[in-house]
This record gives sequence, C-alpha cells and structure tokens, in this order.
Amino acid sequence: MIRFIARRILVVIPTLFAIALLLFVAIRMVPGDPIEVRTGERGIAPERHAMLLHQYGMDQPLWRQFLRYLGQLVQGDFGVSIVTSEPVIKEFLTLFPATVELALSAILFAILLGVPAGVIAAVKRGGIVDHTLMGLALTGFSMPIFWWGLLLILFVSVQLGWTPVSGRIDLVYYFEPVTGFMLIDSLLSGQEGAFASAVSHLILPAIVLGTIPLAIFARMTRSSMLEVLGEDYVRTARAKGLSPWRVTGLHALRNALIPVVTVIGLQIGNFLAGAVLTEYVFSWPGVGSWLIESIARRDYPVLQGGILIIASIVILVNIGVDLLYGVLNPKIRHAR
Amino acid sequence: MKRLAGLLLATVFAAGLVSMAEAKTLVYCSEGSPENFNPQINTTGTSFDAARPVYNQLVEFDRGTTNVIAGLAEKWDVSADGLEVTFHLRHGVKFHSSKSFTPTREFNADDVLFSFNRMWKDDNPYHKVSGGAYDYFSDMGMPDLLKSIDKVDDYTVKFALKEANAPFLANLAMDFATILSAEYADKMLKAGTPEKVDQEPIGTGPFTFVAYQKDAVIRFKANPDYWGGKPAIDDLVYAITKDPTARWAKLQKNECQVMMGPNPADLAAMKANPDVNLLSQPGLNIAYLSFDNLKPPFDKKEVRQALTMAIDKSAIIKDVYQGAGQGAKNFIPPTIWSYNDQVQDWPYDPDKAKEMLKAAGITSLDSDLWYMPVTRPYNPNAKRIAEMMQADLAKVGVNTKLVTYEWGEYRKRLQQGEHQMGQLGWTGDNGDPDNFFFLLGCDAARIGGQNITKWCNKDFDDLLKKARTTADVAERTKLYMKMQEIVHEEAPAFLIAHSVVYEPIRKNVTGYKVSPLGRHEFFGVDMQ
Repeated sequence: MIRFIARRILVVIPTLFAIALLLFVAIRMVPGDPIEVRTGERGIAPERHAMLLHQYGMDQPLWRQFLRYLGQLVQGDFGVSIVTSEPVIKEFLTLFPATVELALSAILFAILLGVPAGVIAAVKRGGIVDHTLMGLALTGFSMPIFWWGLLLILFVSVQLGWTPVSGRIDLVYYFEPVTGFMLIDSLLSGQEGAFASAVSHLILPAIVLGTIPLAIFARMTRSSMLEVLGEDYVRTARAKGLSPWRVTGLHALRNALIPVVTVIGLQIGNFLAGAVLTEYVFSWPGVGSWLIESIARRDYPVLQGGILIIASIVILVNIGVDLLYGVLNPKIRHAR
Repeated sequence: MKRLAGLLLATVFAAGLVSMAEAKTLVYCSEGSPENFNPQINTTGTSFDAARPVYNQLVEFDRGTTNVIAGLAEKWDVSADGLEVTFHLRHGVKFHSSKSFTPTREFNADDVLFSFNRMWKDDNPYHKVSGGAYDYFSDMGMPDLLKSIDKVDDYTVKFALKEANAPFLANLAMDFATILSAEYADKMLKAGTPEKVDQEPIGTGPFTFVAYQKDAVIRFKANPDYWGGKPAIDDLVYAITKDPTARWAKLQKNECQVMMGPNPADLAAMKANPDVNLLSQPGLNIAYLSFDNLKPPFDKKEVRQALTMAIDKSAIIKDVYQGAGQGAKNFIPPTIWSYNDQVQDWPYDPDKAKEMLKAAGITSLDSDLWYMPVTRPYNPNAKRIAEMMQADLAKVGVNTKLVTYEWGEYRKRLQQGEHQMGQLGWTGDNGDPDNFFFLLGCDAARIGGQNITKWCNKDFDDLLKKARTTADVAERTKLYMKMQEIVHEEAPAFLIAHSVVYEPIRKNVTGYKVSPLGRHEFFGVDMQ
C-alpha cells in the first residue's frame, strides 16, 4: 500500500514539471502582456513599457525566466500577483475554500440524487419510471450552466423569493473567516441566523453546478447496475433467498459503484470548469473567476500558480480514487 | 403578568425600531474586484470606486459634475505666468484610525509631499512598493510638467511647473492625486509591511475602511470626524456582483440599493419598476471612425466629408447602442463645458456622397475598416458597427475589408498609422476639453502618437496650444468653440456616438448623482 502510494507520487513530479512548462509557454503565446493590457485607449510609450517590463523581470529571455520560476517553485514560492501584488498562494488559500465548499455541495447533491435515481431506473428498467428519470437526466445534461443559473435566479430568487440572489451569506453577517468554509465559520461565529443564511445561499449554486454531473451519475449508475444485475453472483444471491434490498443495495450496488467512482473522480476537472461559470453567475468568490480574470489581465504568476496547484490537487484526488477501488473491491486491492 | 409581558414586548419592539432607524446601511452592487486600495497605482474605474470613500484629493470634482472645487486645499493661487500654483491646506483634518494605526497628528503639508513624491521620485522608499507603476501620474504628463513641489509651511504647498498648463488643476482632482498619510506610511515601512498602505487604506475621507473579503464584499463605516460633515449613511457595503442580470435581480429584491452597468435589455423593465429610479447621463466619451488623413484619398477634405455623409449614424445608434447612445456631432460630449451646440451635424445623404466622391475623381475605392475586438465604454460592439458601415459604404462605391487585431496590438498599429479607416474612441479623464482635443493635435499626430487620424491642422493646433496655457475659462471656451467648427469642416474622423450611462437606484435612495466621469460616490447620499 505504501509502495503503491510512493510509486504514484514519484510519477507526479515529472507530470507537474511538464504542466508547469506547458503553462509557462502557453500563457505567453497569447498576445499582449500585463502592462499593455491595462493601458486603455491611451496606449503606452515604448520606453515606459520597456521600463515596466524590466521591473517585472519580463524582459529576460524566456528560458531564464522559466528557470527562475522553477527555482522559486522548489522553495514553495508561487510568486506574487501582478495585479494585486499579493502572494499567489495567499490569494489561492483565501479563495479555494469557497470553491471546495461549492464543489462538495454540488457533488453531494449530484450523488444523493443521481445514484438512487440510477438504481431505481435500473431496477424498474423499461418502465415509465425508468424513462422519466432518464429523460430528466438528458434534460439536465443539456442545460448550459449560465442559462440554468440565471433562470433559477430570476424564477426562484426574484419571482418566488425563496432564496437570495448571490453571494455566500447575508451582508448583515460579518465575521472573520476561520476555515474559509462559510458553513463552518457561520456556526463558529455564534451569530443567530448566520448558518441558515449560509445554507440558503448555497442551495442554488450547488444545484446549478451539480445538475450536469447528476445526470451523468444517474445514467452511469443505471448502466452499471444493469450490467451487475445480470451477473451470475446476483442470480445466486437471489436464489439463496436473500431479500431484494440486500441483493440490490449491498451486493449489486457495491460493485456497480466502481465505474461510478471512476466517473466521479474524472468529473472533478469538470466541476472546476463548471465552477468558473457558476461562480460568475452567483458572485461566488472562488478560484474559478479568479483564474478567468487573470487571463484577461495576463496575470502570469496567478495563472501559473493557480493552475499548477489545482493540477496537483486533481492528481492527488485521482490517487485517492484509485485507493478507493481497493476498498470497494478487494480483488483489485490484492492484485497490487 | 400578562401586562408585564406586554410591556416587555413593547420595549423590545421599540428598541428594535430605534436600532433599525439608527444604523443606515447602503449596499452598492459593483461589477468587479479592486486591484488594491491605492488609487495612485490603479488603472480601472472599479478600483478607483473601491478606494474613493476613504480618501480626498487637494481639489475635487463637485459630485455629479466636472467642476473643480476645494478639497483638502481650501484655496489656491495661480501665479500670473501660470508657472506656480500654491495650495493653502485645510486645518483640523484628521486621518482615520485602524487596528494597526492611530495618527498622532492632523493632515498637513508632509502628507501632500509624500503622496506626490512617492509617485514622482525614484529614490522615495515607497516608489517601488506594490509594483511601482503610477500609470495615471505618468499618462497625465506630470513627470514632464512638474518642476518642483515645495513645502512652504505646514499648511502651504507650492507646485512649480515647467510651463503654464490650464488643465493642471483638473488633473489634481483625479484619483491618482489622492493624498495618503505620510505617518502611516512611515510606521508601516518601519514594521516591514509597506504594502499594507495599499491594502488597508488610511485616508481623510468620509468613510473608514473596515474590511475586504476578497472578490466578495468591501465594508466601510461612516467617519464621524469627517471635515465635510458626517455622512448620512452609517455603513457602506460594496457587494461584488459580476453578472449584470444578477445585479438587477439583487436591486429588485432590495439586496442592493444602487447598481451600475445594467444590461441594455433590462432598461425597459427598470423604467417600468415602481421601486426603481433609472438615472442616466451621456458618458464622458466619444466613439469615432478615424480616417488616416495622410493616405490618399483621405487627405482630401471633400472625400472625408463625402464618406461622413455616406454612413447612417442613427441606424447605428438604434441597432448597436439600443438607445444607450447619443449621435455625436462634436469631438467632445455635451457634458463638457465649451460644447458647441451650434454646429450642424453632417446629414446622412448617400446620393450627395456619391456626387462628391465623383467630383473628387473617385468612382470606386478600396479600403480597410478596422474594428476593436473588445467592448469599450463608448462602443458596445465595434464589429457590428463595422459591418453596418461596410454596407453603407458599399452603396457609394467604397469597398471595405474588415480588419482587427488583439486589443493591445490593435491600438499600437492604429497609433503607427497602419490603417486607412479605423474605429477607436476615448473616455475623458478630468472633464477638461483639452483632455479630448489633444487627440487631434499635431504633437500627437506623429507616428506612434495618440492622434490616430494623423491630421495636423495649423489653425486648430495653434488654438489648442493657446487654450491650454490660458487660465481664463471664458477665453478658453471661445477657443474651443472655434476648434469644434474647424473639426466639423475638416472631418478628420466620422464621429459616431457618446454612449449613455444608466444607473438604476432604489426609490428610497436620495441625493445620489450620476457622475459624468463614471464615478460612484456615496457621500451626500441618504436613504429614507
């Protein structure tokens, strides 16, 4: 087990190096630079432009800039944002909990609704329940986040008044962040109504971000369940006289979940992509919109550092997912 | 027992009412996050808005106008030759206190000197802090204009200029000329945290900075000791809401009381909403299609006039600006003093245009037509405008090829004069007509200069230089009015529009004024 983890982590290092190099080059291939991009109609005198580029060390040859960047990375220094002059890691740590909270809520929503829906659809295969659930899944899958988010805001928030429009918590609540997770911090603050406010602000964004994955999980669970339900050992279990609940819920589902867990792991990347749009629509202060804006502003340190950190997290999550297989199916564990 | 309970309830209720009446909170839905809280190093309106409640300048723009009034300087004297401006500073102005700083003295000349020297002098210990790019100080020509800044005494500062410059005072009302606390800067430098000056601002302004939750909320509290009087609003909150539809949704639900940047598609609903006041004003900007006046046949005035008459301006206003724009007949917008309303715009007359082109010896013409790849405050969709112009020009025998580049590249090339016809525009910085007209002057017409028409007219240029060095407003007005007549006649560019700024606010908000400079200001605003 330890050897397995150690081997996987060793592979991570060249992967991250390749990502850093790719990012470094790709970002700089976009025309424009951080100085030019903020000058507006006036433009900037060539001498002043050169002077500012020199100040940021951006007039050096690319290979030298990259080596200096690598040297800083190895020491854990992700650089400083060109726009705000704040350390990239500090900005990331301030914003990341919001994205994690949103993504986790969305994943939870997608799993809690999607997996049972897939199971029911598989068990009731071919019937009206199956067709309805899969029809809904297809609809959910086809809805663009932007459109779905604005629609929910206009209908649920404005027309019905059931939820707030955007943000993480009502503006009357002000407390210093402890963990960065609003649900936890609002409880810690002890302020009355803060937790409820945090929850109500999370509802719509979680639904919007989780809708497409919900559809995917539902369909994945259904097809995986159908395959497993046709297996010999399931027939054996039924023949043994085990209750349908035990057969479906314990034996079949546990094995059906393996491909679903894979899909959940692969969806992490999509969650981050979807988070960008969701964060924009709901003014959710996470890393998604932070990264998007840094493209327009050519904030190279933020782009490089932010994406590198996220790539590391995605890699670690996938290692975790692999470990989870071993838990779900001992055969895989022993094959190592 | 019941009576006691009833009395208790009534007391609690009354206390609640009193506390509600006491703390007035105004929430402003802004569209983005600030770079930091020092206007000296900022470049975006969003950043300037975020810092403004905390600060003052020596002179300021009267809210809702471009008129310069007293700020931290009570009065000022300009020498007869215009080379010296002496400011007499206000007494009794206090800087804010915070967790990390308590001022031991009041505002004085040292703060003015520090604020300007930080931007100006390379050897100032704060010059390189937070990136060290003082874009507006540089762009407004301060390094070339300033000869010296001297402290005459604790409440008198003298600015010596290399040449007389009438717009200088208006420049000092701009955000970049904000006055910081020298004492706070000293303390933070000694503590090894100079960047705090730019992130946890201390100023003399109507509101004190409380907290910034990154990309989410900015909180301010009223400054009870403000020299201009305590603000009517107790708590000022900026809710950063990036999507314009979400901003409108929040305004409708009273989750914010003032918002900026509405969707043109929502304007009708805003006008109809009984709880909302839709304020508007023409922006301090101009959108235009420049001809390269150096390249034949655009060097002929008759050709430029003809092309001007070939384009249907009102269709562009209707289709692209969707009502959020006003056709332009002068290079400056109507909100700037010296606007010449007597000028008659060129009519849309494609037949006359064809005639004039023929008379100039042109039966068919091939040209490029550049458009910006990005939305600008004065131009919501340059590509669409270019397509409409292309269609109009084709009708008079002018075949155009649409061209664009990445924004920075686009601007550079236009300034190099690589175009034949190219769109651009301008947003005013300080409400002074010179801030627009310099774009048509001979100095800026050099290759690489900001005058992309490359038009250099001696009469116009002489008037421009004279108006810049005369302090007398009536005299300057006469000169600028004449200049507008010249521009109309010579038609170095086709003037498209001034965009209109819309700001919807809740009906219970009083005293709010739309700023022609695009600012969002909350001192002087109250809520019923």
